[in-house]
Order: sequence, then C-alpha cells, then structure tokens
Amino acid sequence: MYRYDTYDQTLVDERVAQFRDQMDRYLAGRLSEEEFRPLRLQNGLYIQRHAPMLRIAIPYGMLSSKQLRTLADVTRRYDRGYGHFTTRQNLQLNWPKLEDVPEILAELAKVQMHAIQTSGNCIRNTTSDQFAGIAKDEVEDPRPWCELIRQWSTLHPEFAYLPRKFKIAVTGADHDRAAIQVHDIGVRLWHNDKGELRARVLAGGGLGRTPMIGDVVREDLPWQHLLTYLEACVRVYNQFGRRDNKFKARIKILVKALGIEEYRRRVEEEWSHLKDGPQTLTQAAVEAAKAHFPEPNRREVSEAAIAAYEQLRQNDRAFARFVTNNVTDHVVPGYKAVTLSLKRREHAPGDVTADQMDAIADLADVFSFGEMRVTHEQNLVLSDVPVDEIQALWDKLQELGMANPTVGTLSDIICCPGGDYCSLANAVSIPIAQAIQERFEDLDFLYDLGPLDLNISGCMNACGHHHVGNIGILGVDKKGEEYYQVSLGGNSRDDASLGKILGPSFYREDVPTVIDKVLQVYVEQRHDDEHFLDTYRRIGIKPFKERVYA
Amino acid sequence: MHNGQPETTLIKLGQPEKDTWSLCRDEDGLPEVRPAIVPLSVWQQHIDETDLAPWLPSDTELSPALAEELTKAPLVAIDFPAFTDGRGYTLARLLRERYGFTSEIRAIGDVLVDQLFYMTRCGFDALALREDQHLDDALRALGAFSVSYQPGVDIKEAMFERRLREAT
Repeated sequence: MYRYDTYDQTLVDERVAQFRDQMDRYLAGRLSEEEFRPLRLQNGLYIQRHAPMLRIAIPYGMLSSKQLRTLADVTRRYDRGYGHFTTRQNLQLNWPKLEDVPEILAELAKVQMHAIQTSGNCIRNTTSDQFAGIAKDEVEDPRPWCELIRQWSTLHPEFAYLPRKFKIAVTGADHDRAAIQVHDIGVRLWHNDKGELRARVLAGGGLGRTPMIGDVVREDLPWQHLLTYLEACVRVYNQFGRRDNKFKARIKILVKALGIEEYRRRVEEEWSHLKDGPQTLTQAAVEAAKAHFPEPNRREVSEAAIAAYEQLRQNDRAFARFVTNNVTDHVVPGYKAVTLSLKRREHAPGDVTADQMDAIADLADVFSFGEMRVTHEQNLVLSDVPVDEIQALWDKLQELGMANPTVGTLSDIICCPGGDYCSLANAVSIPIAQAIQERFEDLDFLYDLGPLDLNISGCMNACGHHHVGNIGILGVDKKGEEYYQVSLGGNSRDDASLGKILGPSFYREDVPTVIDKVLQVYVEQRHDDEHFLDTYRRIGIKPFKERVYA
Repeated sequence: MHNGQPETTLIKLGQPEKDTWSLCRDEDGLPEVRPAIVPLSVWQQHIDETDLAPWLPSDTELSPALAEELTKAPLVAIDFPAFTDGRGYTLARLLRERYGFTSEIRAIGDVLVDQLFYMTRCGFDALALREDQHLDDALRALGAFSVSYQPGVDIKEAMFERRLREAT
C-alpha cells in the first residue's frame, strides 16, 4: 500500500501543528464556534449528540496491521475502546474529548494516518473497490489512481470552501463495487479496443435528500488528463453550485438544473484551458504511483493444496457456507480474499473493539501480508490468503465472532450510527438492524433468499445508503415520534437504481414483520434463480404493497 | 492594535503593510477619499482614474472581456461575503493563470486567519484581514505548510513531478 515519503509526512505533521494552533485559538476564545466549525470538520471532528465524533481517513479503504494496532491503542487511550467502520471506508471514534483531538491526530500521523477532509464542504476521502488489485474482473488497479486523486485533493487551495461536500469514487473493474453512480463524481477506468486506458467520468450522483444517479460527463478521457479534468469538474461546481440553500448545494442539483449537456459544455470549456497543464499525468508519474502497490511476495500454492481445499469444502458444510459467502475469488490461482463479517448481533454493524482490532491485525500479519481493506458494506477484507490457510483463518475468525457466513445476505446490513449517536438522526437505526438480524437468523433461510442488500439510515442524509438497498429503511420523525419508511428496488451496483417507497411508514416494533411480508412475496413469486432485485423489477412494487398493507 | 504591531490589517506579500486604499461598498457616487477601491460598476465608469480600483463580488463571471478591462486597474479586490464562500479562490486563479493579471489581487471582506494560506496559493498577494483578526496569528498561518501536492499560482510544479525531478 502507499507509504509516505518525507513530503507526505511533513504535510501531515504540519497539518497536526496547524490544527493544534486552531484548537488553542478556539479554546482561548480567539476563534468563534462558527469560524472553528469548518476547520474542525476538515479534520474530521464533529460535535455530536453525546460527545465529539472523530472520523479518521482510511484512503480508499487500505489499512495496514500497524495502523490498525495504533487505532486500537487510540480507542483505548482516548475513547471507549472501540471504533466504527463507516460506509465510506473510514473509521469513527464516538467518544473522544475535544481537547484531545490534536494529540490523537499526532498519534495517527506517526503511522501515516490523518483525518484530513473526512468531513466539511470539501473533497472527501476517495473511495474504491475493496477487491482492487486482486479482482478477477479488474482491468486496471484503481488504487494508484485513487492515491493520485488523494494527493491532488488534499489541501487543494481552491476547493476548501465548496458549496457542499464532494465525494469521488473510482473503480477499475467490470462490476462496480464502489457505487460510482451515486457519488458526486464517479470514475470508471476501462480499456478501449486499442488497449488504451480511458476514464469514464460521471457527475451528479448522490444519495441524501434528493437521491440521483450520476450522468456521464465524459466517456473516454485519456488517463493523462484525469486530474485536470477533475479540476475542471470541481471548478465549475465551485463557481456555479448553489450556496443559498444547503439542501440544494450538492453538485447533483447543479447538474440537474443546468442539464448534463450544459454542465458538460462548461466543464469542457474550463478543461480546454487546464488541459496539458502542470497536473497532466505522465507515464513516469503513474509508474511511480503504481510502485506503491506491488504484488505481495506470494508463495506457490500446490495443486494438491487447492484440491484439499476443494475437498474440505465438499465435506464440511459449515466451512462450505463460509467459503460460499465470505470468500472471494482471486486473480492469482491458489489465493482468495476473505471477508471478515462485522455484522454480529451483539455489536452495531461496523463496530470493532480495540481487542478485536489487535486480533485482526495479528491475523492480517499471519494470513495476508499485514494489510486489509475496509469495505463500504462495513466489513473488512484480508485480500491475499492462500487456500491452504483458509481453514486456519476460519477457525480464528470463529473465535473472534467474525466468521458469520452471511456476507451479501439479508443479515449483512449496512447501517449508520443513527439516533443512538448522531445528532442529525431522526431515529435509531442500530436497534432496527439488530431486530432484523435476530428475526432472520436461520442460515438456510438467509441462503435461500440469496444476495440481498438491506440498508438502514437514521435520517434522510442517507449515511446508511438506504436508497440503494434492495430493501431500504429510513428513520423519519413525525411530531417527535420515530417511524420507519421502507423502500424497495434500490441497487448500487452496475445497473444502479433508487428504491421506491412502499407506502406509509411503520412503527419501530413492526419493521421486522414488514420485512418478513416483503420476503414472503419474493419467495412466493420468484422464478428459478431470480434474486430479490430481479423479482422486484419483474413484478413491481404493487404485490409487495398489497401484502404489507393488507 | 496589539503587541505593538503597526495599525494595519493588510498583509502584502507576506508582510504587514500600512493600507493606503480605502474601501467603498456604495454603488452610488464616488468616494472623496482617494485612492479608493470601489464597486466594479462604479470603477467601469471611471476606468482611467488611477486612484480608483474595482472590487469584484464573489459571483462575478469572469469573461475574457472583463478580464481585459481589469488589466487597466491598479489592483483588483475580490470580496468574500462570507468566509465559507469559496468562489473568490477560483476568481483569483483565473485572473492570474488564465488572464495573466500581474498587479495586486487583494482579498477583502470575511478574510480570516485560516484562509490565508490557501488565498496566497491561489494568487492573492494582498490580504485585508477582517478587523478582529490577530496579525500575529495571521503571519503564523501563512507559513502553515512547507509542502503542497498541487501546483498553484505560487508553485508551478505538481508534487508528482517534483518527486520525479528530484529522483533523477
């Protein structure tokens, strides 16, 4: 993964010093609450319902075992001994003390981490495919490109006061695992028929109050121009995005207001001046970025070992379940990526204790070259496990409670922190997730349902991505009471779509029963091999509505 | 002010300097005190008066014709109606990088300590601090970072190019 040189380290160290100075001025009363706000937000620091919240950047989800041990240490010393992995591949601390944050950032800087631009009206942490570099359907490893974007966007002097937050996601695979169609900008790397690398650039996607699928701005951007083109896209937004109403300030509103043709025209006009400028990428610059992501020193895995693994899968039903759901094929024969499920009933989705972090770091060292990835589904991935070690890893994960063979099933719920922690939330979300996981515990039933994304957000800011859940649940507030709205048919993958609202909202205690009825309709109506989304798309929302509101 | 600093809230080229220009936000009529920074529309009617300079609102659309006109100004001020309004950064870069404007570009309005580093990188060479800002904080903030990833008006080379140059 990317390793800092002295320039990266200097910048992060200077950022810590700068924030320490800002915090001192704030505490001394020389910076008002209002003026301190964007400064702390651009260092990941929120003021939350119970305490401040600190969001730590995990650039495009890549994390080393050393970094994870430091995170464990930080949560013990400065928080309550656990952290929360988010849907944007970051880690949140829910209980730090305000005045400790500069010290926390200094600790993070020692392991090449920071909280820069994890919040605020700026370009946020760039997200990507958790199987980058090892996916069988990949045409280009997105990580070097994400790193180039990270550097370009970090402390960008022109874009620190955008109308609103700005999120970029990048994929280099045939199948989109980075949800690029619901980001402010989505980038898909692909090869044209001459084998040349091109970027498809989408703009104006997003969730939140006004969910939208992004439009294509440029289909075939030559790679050399990626940064200048992004600069043009963001510059047009900075100049023309609305600033009078924060709910209408995202780029999706601008793209919709102008129309994609006019937005594209303005971007292309802007880019005509930036093109071939000093941020034009060269082969040497890209090679230098790629050198940070070498193939790990994988050993040979024998045919016999691969056969033994397949044999075990045949013979051991529990192991087979784990492999089917939590193990992903790897581009190198004999290797697999293993997803650690952070969806356990006793913890909120994405929560990990300090002791678990240490244990995971040890597993990464033993089984996967000391690296792991955070997924936007709030799980962790060990990306390079030889097949003859998967059983040993599985045993360890069972001890840790992270071997739930439910990745990609109904039980693998994406969920925001909700009203238990977040000051924005209208309603709790974690107890809803737990109630659903409890109701649908039977593995055979979960497997019979097949792949199913259930996403929960505690408010319309949509941190739990409910719009793109096959089943989405949104907490709403009606006269001080918590209600839940259910939507169906969302999808964040290749043919992205936004869910449709089923109808009037429900009491909290009724939600599991409502989900049960929705699932009954699917099970009764599905054709062979139809996933939930396929059936929904074929039969529409009406049969579900009739059953639920009968 | 405090700490015995000179009575000014202008920083020019990184140094505190006594501000000789007065600022007039009134669209009607000309100020008596000169030299004066006046609204763009006022300046455009008195374009040949060398003791007048324009200020641009943050939502100015910088056309080539306007940029050409501005080359006649002794300085151009860009207004920050709120410190959260980031349009002025783009305006300054366009003036410098696209239109080759070489005279002073001054930040006026809600100009706070923690914006100064970015402003300087975008081509502002004069920073008229909001009156309540502390000059010593401001001068310290100007040097907050010794490295930058992106090229700007100050540094013409992206960090990735610098690394390649230094590696050879």
